[in-house]
Amino acid sequence: MIRLLASNAILVALAVTALGAILTPLAIHRGRRDWLMLSYAAVYTNFVLVTVATLALVWGLVSHDFSISYVAQVGSRATPTFYTVISLWGALEGSIVFWAWVLGMYAAAVVWFNRKREGNLVPYAAMTLLVVALFFHILLLGPANPFQPVFPVPFDGPGPNPLLQNHILMGVHPPLLYLGYVGMTVPFAFAMGAMFSGEVASDDWARITRRWTLVAWAFLTAAIIAGMWWSYEVLGWGGYWAWDPVENASFIPWLTATAYLHSVIVQERRGMLKLWNLNLMVGTFVLTILGTFLTRSGIISSVHAFTQGTIGYYFLGFIALVLLVTLVMVAGNSDKLGSDGRLDAPLSRETVFLLQNMLFTVFMFTVLIGTLFPLVAEAARGVKVSVGTPFFNRMSIPIMVALLFLMGVGPALPWRKGAGPELKGKLIPGVIVGVLVGVAALVAGARNAYSVLAFVFAGFALGVNVEEFVRGANARVKAHGEGWLTALMRLISGNRRRYGGYVSHIGVVLVAFGVAASSTFKSEQEATLKPGESLTVSGHTVRFKSAWMREEKQRQVVGATMEVMDGNRVVGTIEPRMNYYPTSAQPVPTPQARSLLTGDMYMNLMAFRQDGSNVTVKLIWEPLVPWIWFGGYVVCLGAIIAMWPTRERTAVRVESAAPSAPRLSEGQA
Amino acid sequence: MTSKKTKWGALVAVGVLAIAFGWLIYGGLDSNVVYFLTPKELAAKGEKGYDVPVRLGGQVKPGSVVWDDKALDLRFAVTDGTGEIAVHSKGAPPQMFKDGQGVVVEGRYGRDGVFQSTSLMVKHSNEYKAPKAGERPAEMYKSLMKSTKT
Repeated sequence: MIRLLASNAILVALAVTALGAILTPLAIHRGRRDWLMLSYAAVYTNFVLVTVATLALVWGLVSHDFSISYVAQVGSRATPTFYTVISLWGALEGSIVFWAWVLGMYAAAVVWFNRKREGNLVPYAAMTLLVVALFFHILLLGPANPFQPVFPVPFDGPGPNPLLQNHILMGVHPPLLYLGYVGMTVPFAFAMGAMFSGEVASDDWARITRRWTLVAWAFLTAAIIAGMWWSYEVLGWGGYWAWDPVENASFIPWLTATAYLHSVIVQERRGMLKLWNLNLMVGTFVLTILGTFLTRSGIISSVHAFTQGTIGYYFLGFIALVLLVTLVMVAGNSDKLGSDGRLDAPLSRETVFLLQNMLFTVFMFTVLIGTLFPLVAEAARGVKVSVGTPFFNRMSIPIMVALLFLMGVGPALPWRKGAGPELKGKLIPGVIVGVLVGVAALVAGARNAYSVLAFVFAGFALGVNVEEFVRGANARVKAHGEGWLTALMRLISGNRRRYGGYVSHIGVVLVAFGVAASSTFKSEQEATLKPGESLTVSGHTVRFKSAWMREEKQRQVVGATMEVMDGNRVVGTIEPRMNYYPTSAQPVPTPQARSLLTGDMYMNLMAFRQDGSNVTVKLIWEPLVPWIWFGGYVVCLGAIIAMWPTRERTAVRVESAAPSAPRLSEGQA
Repeated sequence: MTSKKTKWGALVAVGVLAIAFGWLIYGGLDSNVVYFLTPKELAAKGEKGYDVPVRLGGQVKPGSVVWDDKALDLRFAVTDGTGEIAVHSKGAPPQMFKDGQGVVVEGRYGRDGVFQSTSLMVKHSNEYKAPKAGERPAEMYKSLMKSTKT
């Protein structure tokens, strides 16, 4: 019953999106603008239909309706309800359903907010969104159909992959990633719309999608951080980033999207880089689809690869189609994409943005090539290889260090003209902080040149970005006689985009400190302990108290209670565990960390004697790792500040944009 | 700065940068690609097989495991039926490590004929498969509990 409802909903959605997409060019060529309302209606109808299908699937999971193939595949009566609901994205088919739903939601929202805009930009953007939705409906009816009948209906199912039901972050990371990944479709659709409609010379597509891009970027950033956190909390190796292909798949479009967020400012302020920005956004979208191909086609074996079916060919075909269409369109529009402005002074903010974009692009290609190389090598030469972490580190660390430097220099430099006398005052706080942090790193024992430079430049960037707030607030205090905090709040709300950006920069600095410290000063020790014996790493001591075993509803848990010692006093406990799921031969390690401001005491249970007489544990001292997670929040906070609607200004500047596409302030961004 | 000159200058600059980048990538890949080899393939590499990063895949040779749980020192041999390579590793092996188990060892093959492992993984299908009809989770659970007792 539910099954039929859901699969018919997808079938109708397929027809609706296809008709809506065809209708757009017809309506425009025949001059029938009233027909366009129908294609907008197709966008809304599609959203309703995929919502029905998604809810039906969730209902099927919760009610244990094993006559639905997807439920029979990932459901089980023993799985707690939370993990049952989130197993919506725990396997291929469900994840595509969820994808289609998120896309439907974005499409409906963006069309609704811009429905009254004149011109052909929005209709063509809607058409692009419909075509992308159509692709996902084809997947859902073809290689990724979750609604196949199962007969005879089993009484129970196996439950989700143990790795995916071992941590609450599984309810967080995937939806964030989808919201980020799928969100990149919106600016892409408007970029395509601009090219189809010939409105590419105006910046409207970028202005309308500015906030959408920021939303998607914030979600993607949060998703990457949550993914790192998940890897750290679940996989038990004490790290958070391994340049694993699936990590790279989420990171590559993030790099181009981040480049875009910066270069689009140059376009707005100076009328430069129009063609470049268009390419960045199209590239970002293609990279999200490529990432989905890598993670979902089974071409790379990982926890993300669910199956080895034909779905890979669909993705490759779709990527080829998108590339072909965009190449033709960009070539056809390139004459309209000349620069209005030009680079006036070598030492200006534009230059920093250009360098930043170049570095991000090089970074993107580095990670992309490193990720794809094993596939190419296997296809071309039949050898099985992997590209080791040293490659990625060697290539990316210099780039990251240089980007930290630019993040400090950029905000201090003025637009257009070269450096003036005020530059010195803007840089001094940064230089002081940078030197202090660098000296602290040297004292702590950092000897690697890049590591020291990373600390210095992160400190420098911190100083310069914080100085921007201090200087601005002080100026307000002087001019308006406000209290300092009030001045700071008004400063930020007066130009949210600019100061939101600086808040994000400060978040990036915190992440950089965490990454630099944990990769420079991490230390670990493994030991087999009897009860009462202890282990010390970097001055942090734990004592083994007891090993235990307990039955839980869906699994059996073996754990060790470790007491955290401060001298002879017990100040806390850490309980690393191993979870045994009935459907998996391999236990799932479940490390536990005790977080301090200065770092994590990270413990993993490696092995145990069945009688509990000894355990082998690993204790890792992870300096500043909590800063990475906190820095991630700060980056997202900055994005939220930047995207927050500014009410007063929207009323003033609506003459050309749609009423619902408010511009942010045009102040110095 | 006339626009034509700037354009050519920019093109040349981009070209030079692209070549430099390509060269860096090539060099980086060349020295950091890790080959996945079986013991037989590693032995067949001869001189070229020493002291380069390798992922060695095979089974733990039954009876070859020597584990010192005080020093956390592990020695065993990896075999693919025809060839075999002695492996040395520090640290506790994964819980599922046992005779005959498929393993992937990452590390370097030394000239002393011992493969120094930096990471030891038990090989299991990374792809999650639901039990097939006829496989009883409950029985698998029991056999699992038995297998962890060793």
